[in-house]
This record gives sequence, structure tokens and C-alpha cells, in this order.
Amino acid sequence: MLVPGADFPHLCAQCGDYPCVGACPVKALSVSKKTSAVLVDDEKCTGCGKCIDACPGRIPHVHPANKKIVICDLCNGNPQCVKVCQEGGWNVLETVTRSEHPYELYARRPEELTRDLATKLYGKKAEEFI
Amino acid sequence: MILGYTGKFLEIDLSNSTFKNVTFNDKLLKDYVGGRALAAKILCDRLIDKWEQIDPLGPDNILLFLPGPLTGFFPGGRVCVSGKSPQSNGVVGSTVGGEFGVELRCAGYDGVIVTGQAEKPVYMLIKDSDVEIRDAGKIWSKDGKETNRLLNKECRSLLSKRYPHYGEWKEPAKVYIGPAGENKVRTAVVSAKWTHAAGYGGYGAVMGSKKLKAIAVKGTGPLPEVADLKKIKRMINTVSRHAYDNVLWRRWGTGGGGYSFAAETSSEPIRNWQEEWHDEKGYGVDQFQNRLWVKQAWSDFGCATNCMKIAFVKSGRFKGAITDNPDYEMQAYLGPNLGIFIPEENVFMSSLIDDLGLCGIQTGNVMGFAAELFQRGILSKKDLDGIELKWGDTKAFASLAKKIAFREGIGDLLAEGTYRAALKIGKIKGKDVLQYAVQSKGIGIGAHGIRSGKDFSTEIGYACSVQCGDHTSMTDLPIDGYGSEVWEAFNDSAVVCNFSGGFGLPRNLKFDFYTAVTGLKLTRDDWAKGGGLKTLQIQRALLLLGGPDVKWNPKVHDDNPSRFYEPLPSGPYKGKAADRTSVRDGVHRYYEEAGWDENGVPKPETLNKLELEDVNKALKKLRKKSEEA
Repeated sequence: MLVPGADFPHLCAQCGDYPCVGACPVKALSVSKKTSAVLVDDEKCTGCGKCIDACPGRIPHVHPANKKIVICDLCNGNPQCVKVCQEGGWNVLETVTRSEHPYELYARRPEELTRDLATKLYGKKAEEFI
Repeated sequence: MILGYTGKFLEIDLSNSTFKNVTFNDKLLKDYVGGRALAAKILCDRLIDKWEQIDPLGPDNILLFLPGPLTGFFPGGRVCVSGKSPQSNGVVGSTVGGEFGVELRCAGYDGVIVTGQAEKPVYMLIKDSDVEIRDAGKIWSKDGKETNRLLNKECRSLLSKRYPHYGEWKEPAKVYIGPAGENKVRTAVVSAKWTHAAGYGGYGAVMGSKKLKAIAVKGTGPLPEVADLKKIKRMINTVSRHAYDNVLWRRWGTGGGGYSFAAETSSEPIRNWQEEWHDEKGYGVDQFQNRLWVKQAWSDFGCATNCMKIAFVKSGRFKGAITDNPDYEMQAYLGPNLGIFIPEENVFMSSLIDDLGLCGIQTGNVMGFAAELFQRGILSKKDLDGIELKWGDTKAFASLAKKIAFREGIGDLLAEGTYRAALKIGKIKGKDVLQYAVQSKGIGIGAHGIRSGKDFSTEIGYACSVQCGDHTSMTDLPIDGYGSEVWEAFNDSAVVCNFSGGFGLPRNLKFDFYTAVTGLKLTRDDWAKGGGLKTLQIQRALLLLGGPDVKWNPKVHDDNPSRFYEPLPSGPYKGKAADRTSVRDGVHRYYEEAGWDENGVPKPETLNKLELEDVNKALKKLRKKSEEA
């Protein structure tokens, strides 16, 4: 990381083509009609990790205890992270309605985001700092 | 088992490359909570009998990394680093921000205890209950940023290989040392994240002496179970609300002080404290904000204040320098104290100090000391290996800082810290240079002078503190009053941010928080008369035992640096100075209130009342000595 401790958000961006859903061999993943979030069926999920490899941002995550995939499901339209952010007074997160937008652009790996920031800061010399 | 604790501590013996889990009984945890207080107790229990012989930089010292029961719950993650200090030869509870404490508790440990000394450089990787001592040959001698980069790379690839289906690993939390720590420089820090450091105490040197380059920890478990989760959630919101509402703090962090502590309160070190007032508007925090800050909001785990910023020099001689705020202490000690009044140059110095693994306060203090000796002609250009150490010459100070970190030439002498360097230089030059050393019992004074009387620092604050020159642990009369050190001891033991009291929070909130976490009732009064006071007594006893290289005589050393008795030469408080009689009186009244005898040694009845019989026994020889004297 360029600046350790300076966090990069690394969450599901709900790509238009949902490569993770297509990659699941046991059809454990589906798309919520209400929120467009990816839903995981814990009964079917085997924790094989194929969705992680399929995701352009390597965002899905295996829960350390039950070994099932975790993907942000937007809390069924009422995201608790947004709620706590507003309550706590950070006021950084907010909910937006889904619109025509290339959501895939947000599905990035933290390394790539780091590289972008380094380029912004250091220009040509960025590679030396990564 | 008390709620709010994971129930076990990790003890590592580096001499034999072994580790084991250790536990402490409920009574001990109840009394000493965690962090600084627990560190003092552990060190006392294990080492007090041979304290005077123990070399802080030898294999017998114990290095502790202790979070507390509030770590992870109270907004803002911190961990306390402690051991026998190579600066004061006592115990300093030095806390550092970052996620280390939180990750450690999520990994299932209440703390790490490091003993012994490794043969060759190692680092430790803790992933939940998997603990590993790994070779650090590749990262040894690397600077702060490079150490971070290599460690992140290695740890993340190791974890990805071991847990292929986990997904992406967030960087592990780390504490580590730079070259200064490796070279056992007494002003070296234990760093965390990138720009964070546990500075006071010099524990970077202890870590270096143990050849422990870093500890990286990744915990995937939950935080320990607590007594009243609902109440905790409510209190987190209260703290966050107060923290967020502190608008200036959120906007500027402590950086606002670089101008205001000088212009308004006349308490900032300028040219080694020869002055404490300036009115340089070009050194105002708005200049840092507009010219340098590339990230405005940055905070440790769960804190809504965001007092950290990222400052980056985009052009000019010091292009590429990057650090946080810098916060007030760095602004002062690596700025005006060296005669530097340009924000870019201050950011460069701060960034360099981070990279070298030095303490900005202690190193700024010793460099200012050296520069004053140069100004007075006591140290010549030849003595300083050809460096013309003029006030405000950033390049000169940068090359001196590098010499200190690598112990080259004059740097080897200054690497001993201000007090020890002053003794040595005094001997070589045949002059009393101790009068220019602005320190108390081996620890350089924090950047809050006492002469104007307008800052929060008090006239006996540094003289009576068991952490000496530490501005985050200042004390005042009465001993259970608002300004007393016992509250700082609680902050460092719980472990929460020192500024958590500054947001206008109800004073007993932290204690209610503790009760909600542990289910044990603890009031302010209980702490001030119990755990807090016990901690001060133990720290005081170990400080007085001292050794092996220097020892403190309370009659001489429980005092301010002599500079504070010289009148302020400029500013609205021109002519003001500390008063020797008033300080002496204050010190003696403090002795009485703390239950210490006229020589500053804790009395037997005080210690017995607090169930500290072993401390009493160890102090017997000290009492005898002061009687003979």
C-alpha cells in the first residue's frame, strides 16, 4: 500500500454483467430484483472461490467461520454501514438510486487504486513508490 | 474470566524461538486494567529484584505490546508499548494509534510479551492462533516506508497462499522499527501504520536490541464478548458525536498548534527553547492545508474526528516528501525548535524522521540542543563532522538526523539522547552544558512550555510525572484532581486516545464505558485511589531504582530543566519564568499527596496500603541510601 492505513473501499460494485453469478458452478449466486445486489445462498455455496477469481475486483470474500462466500447484499435496500456512518457523524456514505452507469468501473482491486493514487501524487516516478 | 478480555496473552521468548499463552488472574486484571498499568505491574512482578542491573538494551528486558479492554470498542484504536525504558531507566507507557491493538484482540490475544533476544533479525506474523517467528533478513536495515511495503507484500502473499479462497487480504496491522531502532538509538520509536509512533521511552531501541524488526497481526475473529453491548453502542455514538462536532479538530487536527501555541500561549519550543513566542503567520495551519494536504480526512479505527491528514510536497527542493499532518509536536520540534518556519521543510523533516524510525520530539530536542551548542561555539563545525548546524538550515539538520539514526560520528553521541549526550559533551569540553538540555530525567520535554503559564502544562507537570518529560502524562496537584496523572494513566491503560477527554465528553464516560465492557463497576474515585495510584507508585519506584547507566536523585532531578527558570525573552509574556521556590514547594506538596517521603521515595505505609509489599521491599535499600546521604 502506498499509505498504509489509508483505506480503500473494496466492496461489490454490482457490475452490469455480474461475472461472479455466471462463474458460480452451483448457482448459489443470484441478483436481487429489488436492489440489484448479489445474493448468496448459503445452503448451496461450497466456498470454492470461483466467484473471487471471476470478479474484476476480487471482491467476494470467504467468511472465516462458516467458509461461505460473503458479498455485500446492500442489506435489502437499507445498508447498515450508511446508517452507522450517518449516526456516527462521518457523513461519508449515502444511498443512491441505481441508474444507467458503468458500475464495473468501481470493481477494482485495491492495488490498482493504490497505483492510481501514486500516479496522481508522483507522476512518472509512481512505480518507485508502489 | 472478566468480560471484554480475550483471556490470554502471547508470550514470545526470542532467545529460544518459542512462544506460549499466558494468563493473568482476574484480580490483577481488575486492578490494572491493561496497557500502561498492566505493563508496570508485569515488569514489577518479574524484574523488580534485579531492576538496577537490567540493561534496557540487553536480553533481560521485557518488551510489552498491550491493548486494553476498551481497545476496539472505544472509537480510535491504540496500543500501549512498554518495558524498561532506555531513556528514563524507568517504565514509560507509550501509546501508539493504529489498528494493531484491534487486530490483536480479534486474533484472540490481550497482548504480546516479548522476552530474550533473537540471534538474527526476525519478525513475527500472527494470524489468529497461528504464530510464526520469521526471518527478517530481507527487511532489516530498510527504512519505514520500504519496511511497510515489503512486509505488506510478504504477509499478504503468504496469507493468500495459505487461504487461497479467502478473497483479498487487507494489509495486516503492524508495529515495526526503522534503522534507528536497529542501531539502538535511544530516541528510536516503535512505528505503526506509517507515520504513527510510540515515541516516549525509546522502545524502538529495545525492539532493535531484541533484533525484532516487526510484528504483523491479522485477526479474523470477533472482539471479545462484553457485558452490555447496547449501552456500548449508545456510548460509541455519544463519543462519535462529540468527536465529530469538534469542527476545528476535525479540520486541522493538532496542527493548529504550530502557530497558536507560539503566538497565543507562548509555549512552543523555538531554537531549543531560547524563545517560546513567534508570530509567523506563514507557519499557520492554513498554509499546511492549502499548500500540502492531499487527503483531508484520515483516522484510526472508528474515530470520527479524522485529525490526521496526508501532507505531500509537490514541488521544490523537498519534492516527494510525504507524511501525515504533521501534528503539533512534529510541527514544533522539527520546525521552530530548529529555526525552521517553512511548512514544506517541516513536512520534509517529519517524513525523514518517520523513515529513519526516530522520535520527532526526542530527536528534535537533541538536535536543537546540538544546534545551540554550535551557536554558543561549544561544538565546532569539526566536532559536528563538517556540518554547519545553523538555525533553519533544513539540509544540515537532515544530515544530522541521518547520522543519529546510523550512529555515525557525532550522531553516535547524540543518539544517546539529550541528557546522556549532555553529560558526555560536558566531560569532553569541560563545561556545564546540562543547562542547555531541555529534558527531565532523561526524557526530552514535550512541546508545551510552562513559562507563560497559559498552556495546559503545569509548573510541576514535568518534574513530578513518573513519565518525566512526557507531555501526554503530565501531572498536577491535587493528585486526584483534574490535572493529575492518574487520568492519563487510565487513558494509557484502557487504552484510549489522550484527546478523548478533550471533546467535552462527560468525565465519567470512559469509566462507564469500562463498566459496560467488563461488567465490573469502576468509578473515577476507585481508579484515583486504587489502580491509578498503584500504577504511579510502581512507576515511581522503578524510575528511582533506575540503573544501570544513570540514576535519579529526586532532590536534583525532580525539577524543570534550568531553561524554564530563564525569563522569556520576547512576546506578550516577556519576562515570565518559572519560580524555583514555588516549584520546590509544589514538588514537596506533591510528594505528600502521593504518599512519598521528603526524598521523593514512596513511603512504606503508602505501599502497604496499596498491597505493594514487594515494591516496598525493593525500595528499602533506596531509603537507606538517602538516609545516609
